[in-house]
Amino acid sequence: MNTLILRTVAPYLTALMLLFSVFVLLRGHNEPGGGFIGGLIAVSAFAIYGIACGVSAVRRAMKFHPMSIAASGLVLAVLSVLPSLFLGQPAMTSQWYAVPFLGTAIDLSTPLFFDVGVYLVVVGAISSIALSLEERAD
Amino acid sequence: MAATKTAIDLSAAMVTQAVPLADWLLVAPILLTMAGGALTIILRKKSAAQPWIAISVISLVLLSNIALLNHVLSNGVVTMVMGSWLPPFGIAFTADALGALLALTASVATLCVAIFAMNSIAANERRYGFYPFLLMLLCGVTGSFLTGDIFNLYVWFEVLLISSFGLQVLGNEKTQIDGAVKYAVLNLIATTLFLAATGLLYGLVGTLNMADIATKVKAFDNSGPVLGLATLYFLAFGMKAAAFPVNFWLPASYHTPRLVVTAIFAGLLTKVGVYALLRVMILLMPEGRDWLASLIGVVAIATMLTGAFGALAQTDIRRTMAYLVIAGIGAMLSGIAVGNQVAISGTIFYSMHSVLIMTALYLLVAFMYQMSGTFSLREIGGLYIRTPLGAGIALILLLAVAGLPPFSGFWAKLLLVAGALEADRGWVAFGILASGLLTTIAVGRIWIFAFWRGGNENTVDGIQALPIAGSADASDVSASIWLPLIVLTALIVVIGVLPEGVMSISEYGAKTLIDPTVYIGSVFGGAQ
Repeated sequence: MNTLILRTVAPYLTALMLLFSVFVLLRGHNEPGGGFIGGLIAVSAFAIYGIACGVSAVRRAMKFHPMSIAASGLVLAVLSVLPSLFLGQPAMTSQWYAVPFLGTAIDLSTPLFFDVGVYLVVVGAISSIALSLEERAD
Repeated sequence: MAATKTAIDLSAAMVTQAVPLADWLLVAPILLTMAGGALTIILRKKSAAQPWIAISVISLVLLSNIALLNHVLSNGVVTMVMGSWLPPFGIAFTADALGALLALTASVATLCVAIFAMNSIAANERRYGFYPFLLMLLCGVTGSFLTGDIFNLYVWFEVLLISSFGLQVLGNEKTQIDGAVKYAVLNLIATTLFLAATGLLYGLVGTLNMADIATKVKAFDNSGPVLGLATLYFLAFGMKAAAFPVNFWLPASYHTPRLVVTAIFAGLLTKVGVYALLRVMILLMPEGRDWLASLIGVVAIATMLTGAFGALAQTDIRRTMAYLVIAGIGAMLSGIAVGNQVAISGTIFYSMHSVLIMTALYLLVAFMYQMSGTFSLREIGGLYIRTPLGAGIALILLLAVAGLPPFSGFWAKLLLVAGALEADRGWVAFGILASGLLTTIAVGRIWIFAFWRGGNENTVDGIQALPIAGSADASDVSASIWLPLIVLTALIVVIGVLPEGVMSISEYGAKTLIDPTVYIGSVFGGAQ
């Protein structure tokens, strides 16, 4: 779609949606949200950018091939299962570690890394589908 | 959140005692295949490295599955719950002899296919993801065999289905799309039925953990909902296993993908359906099975006979093999129809045999095509002179699939027939023997035409015709093709000559299925 308005707005909209997707990803542990839904929001952001500015611009912006992003997410998810192996606990038992940061504590946990893995798998897989569909339409 | 310091008694909800390292063998195959799949996707441009990554990952899975089977045989049923949450809330992975044996066999077959594919899958198709899909297929299949949660079983079915769709269209040919559509539609319907049945089952008993279902379903004995659910599951898994009359998708789709792909499909996919039937019909709903026994018997006999007649009628060897898969499924179903311990161990033995033999047979078809350049029984011929070793392998494999001694199929069929006679189901025994006879004729025909006859169908006896243009010479066949064929054949012969090991494992598996106290005790052992 070659309209000036969309092309002007799209980069800002994409940036906002990506930010929002990270917010949804992070709040997912205790509230509605999480890796899957956050990933879908991120893919919609890329899709809008693709509609406005073309697929090659999205590919440049993503820097890595979507399939590689998906695969690295899968690796991250697998890795997040492993820490409990060394503690004599069943697979996927969550491990928590509080990192002091500017006077407050940030809770890091293996479910967070698992969720980030899911986020990356969804972003990679769905955007590679979306981009190849948009490419055909060109 | 982070280490709440208040004194909450976690032992009521979580596993608190240390878990032995050996229990991680339950999830190791899944973690390994997932990581391997991801690695092969990241390195998708390095098509020369792909087979080696896949082969080493699958070898690790194979070793891990050997250790798991050993662990199960020495310590009984093994359970691990995800995230430490106690069952039935935590998703349980539970391996009994049945699951561990099939997981091991599946990894053997996948390893053989991965080696065979080194030469038969072109570099550009590797880039389109042959090895990632193969690894994820193994992930889904092993997950199905090892999970102890029926919804989780559904998830693994999805994993293996999506990978199989990817493998099916490798090559982007028109006929492949046609075959994939038939395969996909039927399998999606079956999966939907499976999901619907699982939802209803959850509504009825309020749990998804298999051990928990097996306990709670007894309260509903012989009531309509349980029998209805058993029928739904039978239809869903029967479709996946290619039981008559919902088996038409199999011959319609199995000849379109690359032959290595079909080899792994024929080896693994239908067996997952049989495995799920064993779990649901014997472990979860024995009453449902008793009620359906006659129907399952009729379906089993019809499946065996349509398979055998179909194999007789075809002149394309790929299609003949597809019908042989169906005939084997019928034999496995007959064990479920009979339902006593001997017959169930026959089914388990046959599943294991069928994974090896069907993979081997499709690899043999690929080899025969390479040697002769044709799939048609009218055109093919003269292979005996060109490859005596290949002819020997073919003779063993073809006789083994018909269930003749001294190969592995014989013992499985022996158990099935013995079980059927013990339970006074003479018709089932008759069906097994009749389909065995017809299969022998069908496979004998393949061997006589392809290996004995000098050339195509017009060749006069005793004349050696010239090979068809474009076919390879025996010396051109690389080690990556010989090795899997020889390994699989050797396994089939060894199991046939020394069947005691597999027999006692399948008997043990059948015992755990029929009397689930050990299985339930393993899952809930920590809680009580």
